[in-house]
Amino acid sequence: MKQGHHQTHDSIPAIATVKTKRWEIEGVAIIDVKLSTNQRAWAQSKPGQFAMLYGFGVGEIPISFSTLPSAEGRVSFTIRRTGAVSAALTRIKCGGVIGMRGPFGNGWPIEQLAGRDVVIIAGGLGVAPLRPVIDYLAFGRSDANRATLFYGAREPAAILYTKDIERWRNAGVDVHTTVDTASHDWRGNVGVVTSLLSGVPLDSENTVALICGPEIMMRYAAEALKDAGVSDEDVWLSLERNMKCAIGFCGHCQFGPAFICKDGPAFAYDQIRSNLFVREL
Amino acid sequence: MRTFDDDDTNHLFILERAGFGALIEALSDAEYEVIAPTIRDGAIIYDAIISEVDLPSGWADDQQAGRYKLKRRNDEALFGYAVGPHSWKKYLHPPEQLLWRAKKKEGGFDIHAAPIDTRKRAFLGVRACEIAAIEIQDRVFLRGPHIDEAYRARRENTLIIAVNCGDPAATCFCVSMSTGPAVRSGYDIAITEIISEDRHHFVIDAAGDAGRTVLKHLPLRPAGKKGLQAAEAVTAHAQQQMKRSLDTDGLQALLQNNADHPQWDNVASRCLSCTNCTAVCPTCFCTTVEDHTDLSGENAERVQHWDSCFSGSFSELGGAPVRRSTKSRYRQWMTHKLSTWIDQFGTSGCVGCGRCIAWCPAGIDITEEAAAIRKGANS
Ligand SMILES: Cc1cc2nc3c(=O)[nH]c(=O)nc-3n(C[C@H](O)[C@H](O)[C@H](O)COP(=O)(O)OP(=O)(O)OC[C@H]3O[C@@H](n4cnc5c(N)ncnc54)[C@H](O)[C@@H]3O)c2cc1C
Ligand code: SF4
Ligand code: SF4
Ligand code: FES
Repeated sequence: MKQGHHQTHDSIPAIATVKTKRWEIEGVAIIDVKLSTNQRAWAQSKPGQFAMLYGFGVGEIPISFSTLPSAEGRVSFTIRRTGAVSAALTRIKCGGVIGMRGPFGNGWPIEQLAGRDVVIIAGGLGVAPLRPVIDYLAFGRSDANRATLFYGAREPAAILYTKDIERWRNAGVDVHTTVDTASHDWRGNVGVVTSLLSGVPLDSENTVALICGPEIMMRYAAEALKDAGVSDEDVWLSLERNMKCAIGFCGHCQFGPAFICKDGPAFAYDQIRSNLFVREL
Repeated sequence: MRTFDDDDTNHLFILERAGFGALIEALSDAEYEVIAPTIRDGAIIYDAIISEVDLPSGWADDQQAGRYKLKRRNDEALFGYAVGPHSWKKYLHPPEQLLWRAKKKEGGFDIHAAPIDTRKRAFLGVRACEIAAIEIQDRVFLRGPHIDEAYRARRENTLIIAVNCGDPAATCFCVSMSTGPAVRSGYDIAITEIISEDRHHFVIDAAGDAGRTVLKHLPLRPAGKKGLQAAEAVTAHAQQQMKRSLDTDGLQALLQNNADHPQWDNVASRCLSCTNCTAVCPTCFCTTVEDHTDLSGENAERVQHWDSCFSGSFSELGGAPVRRSTKSRYRQWMTHKLSTWIDQFGTSGCVGCGRCIAWCPAGIDITEEAAAIRKGANS
C-alpha cells in the first residue's frame, strides 16, 4: 500500500498539558490546560462551543469550554467524574497530558445579544458552558443591555463557581441562585430554578434567554419563558447527546434532523420545540 | 433521459462475451485491484477477483422479505442477479479503520494519523442504486463542513464499472426512489448485458477518460443506434418487472409528524434490534470508536468501526440509552432513512435496494412499514 496524505486534523487530537487542577466541588474538577500547538486557531473559539478531550488509551468525550482558549493556548474545563473517560481526565495531575480536538459546535448566539436583556438559566453542570458567555457579559465588550443569571443546583455544596458568582455580581450581573434541598443554615432560595423566574420582571419583547441544564429543566424553563411572552426564536437551549466524532460523521448525536455536534449544541427553541416533547427521540 | 440522436452513440460499443475476460485483464494491467460479485457461503458478495471465472456466471438470486437464496438461471449471464448482503460501502467506508496511533514519550505523548489507503480499485458490477448510495455517502463525508480525507482518497482512486439491471429482485424498489434500474451518471464505464438465443454480448458505455483508457485495447465495435436501443430495452424490461414500491409523496413531513403513530409499537413487536438492516444498507454511515492501549501501556490507538442506531450504546447518555425501546430505535432508523436524511443532506437516505428487507430475520419491509404509517397518520 502506498502511503498517502493523512487524516485532517479534525479527527486527530492536539496535545495539551494540564497546568492546574482542583476539585471545585465533590466529583467535579476544573482543569486548566495549555495547548502545545495551533494556539491561534483555538483562540477563535466562541462561548458555548466544546472540545473532545482524550484521556490516553481510555477514550474521548465532549466537554464545553468553561473559559475560552486564550491567545497563549490556555483554556479550562469543568468536568464531572461519571464514567471511564471523565474519571481518567480528572485523575490527571499537573504536568499530565491530554488530547484535545475542536473547537466544535455553533456556540451561543453572541451576535444577537446587543441591546437585549439577557436571561441565563443554568441547572447543575449546565453552568459550565454558560460561564464564558457570563464572563463576556460581565467583563467583555458586550453591548447587551442587562444580564440576569438564574442558577439552580442540587444543594448548596453543589454550587459551582462561587468565586465567579461574586465577581459577576460585582460587575453588575443580577445573579439568583437556588437549590433543590438545603439545611437550615442556607439563607438562599429553595426550589427549582424555573420558580425564580416569576419573581423577576421580564421585558419579554427585548429578552434573549440562554439555557443549559438537564433536558427536563430546559423544557420547563423554555415553556415558562414562552408563557411570559418571550418569543421562541429568542430562547436558546444547549442540547446534549452521545458524541463520538463531533464532526458530523458518526451519527450518534442526531436529534431528529439535527446533528447536535455541528448544527448545535445551541438551538433556538422554535427549531426544536416539537422534538423536545417526543420521548426517546 | 437519453435521446436517440446518432451523436449520442459515439461512446457506445459492443463487446462480445468472449472478449469480456480481456476487460478484467485490462483493469489488472492498469494496476486496479478488481472487486466484483462472486459467490461465497450461498450468497453473491463483493470481493477481489482474478479473472472472469470468479463471476457468478449463470446464477440468480431469489429474494423475498426475510429471504435470500441463490438459484440457477437458464442462461450463463454474468450479471443476472440483483444486490446481495455486501455493498461497496465496505471498501469506501470500511467496517473497521484505524484512525491514529499514539505513543507515550517523556512528558506526554505523540499522535500519528493512520496512513491513507490510496490503492487503485475498480468496482465491477455497480448497480444504479449503488451509484446513488455512493453519491449519498459522498454528501456525508465530502460535502459537509468537515471532510473525511481517508474516504476521499479511496473514492478518488475508485473506477466505477456499472451494470444496468435486467432482472430486479422482488425486494427492489429503485423506481420509487428514482435511483434505477438504468445507470444514468456517476460511472466510468457502464455495461448492459444482452443475451439472446444465439448470442451473448455487452453494450459498453465509456463515459469518461478513465474508462476510455482502460477500454483502449479491447476488441470493441461501435454499437450504433441499434446497440443503444437493445440496451434501453433491458432496463425498460427491468422497470416493468419491478413490483415493489414506496410512496414517497410527503413522506419527509409525514414521518416527522407521526412519532407517536401506533404502527411504531406494532413494528417494535416484530423487530429484534439485530442491526442487520443498518449493516447491509449501502448508505448507513454511523460509526463508533474504540480506544485501546497495548500491554505495555505505552502505545494507544483509536479504531473506528460501523455502529448501528439499533444498538443500546449508540444513544448512551449519562449511564443509560436515550433510545431505550426498540420502538424508538426502529423509528430513528426509518425516519432517518426516509425523512430527516432529506433535511440533513438534501436527498433520501434510501435508494430502494431492498437489502434491509431481504436480510431482516423478521422479514420487516420498509415499504410496508412506511405505508402503514401513512394510514391513520397525522398530517
Ligand atoms: C456538547 C457537550 C458538552 C458537554 N460539556 C460537559 C462539560 O463541560 N462538563 C462535563 O462534565 N460534561 C460535559 N458533557 C457531558 C460529558 O460529555 C459526559 O459526562 C461524558 O461523555 C461521560 O463520559 P464517561 O466516559 O466519563 O462516562 P460513561 O458513562 O462511561 O460514558 C460512556 C460513553 O457514553 C457517552 N456519554 C455518556 N454520557 C454522556 C453525556 N452526558 N453526554 C455525551 N456523551 C455521553 C460518551 O461517548 C462516553 O464515552 C458534555 C456533553 C456534550 C454533548
Ligand atoms: S433502507 Fe433498505 S432499501 Fe433503502 S437503501 Fe438501505 S438497505 Fe436499501
Ligand atoms: S439509520 Fe441508523 S445506523 Fe443508519 S445512518 Fe441513520 S442513524 Fe445511522
Ligand atoms: S458527534 Fe458524530 S455526528 Fe455528531
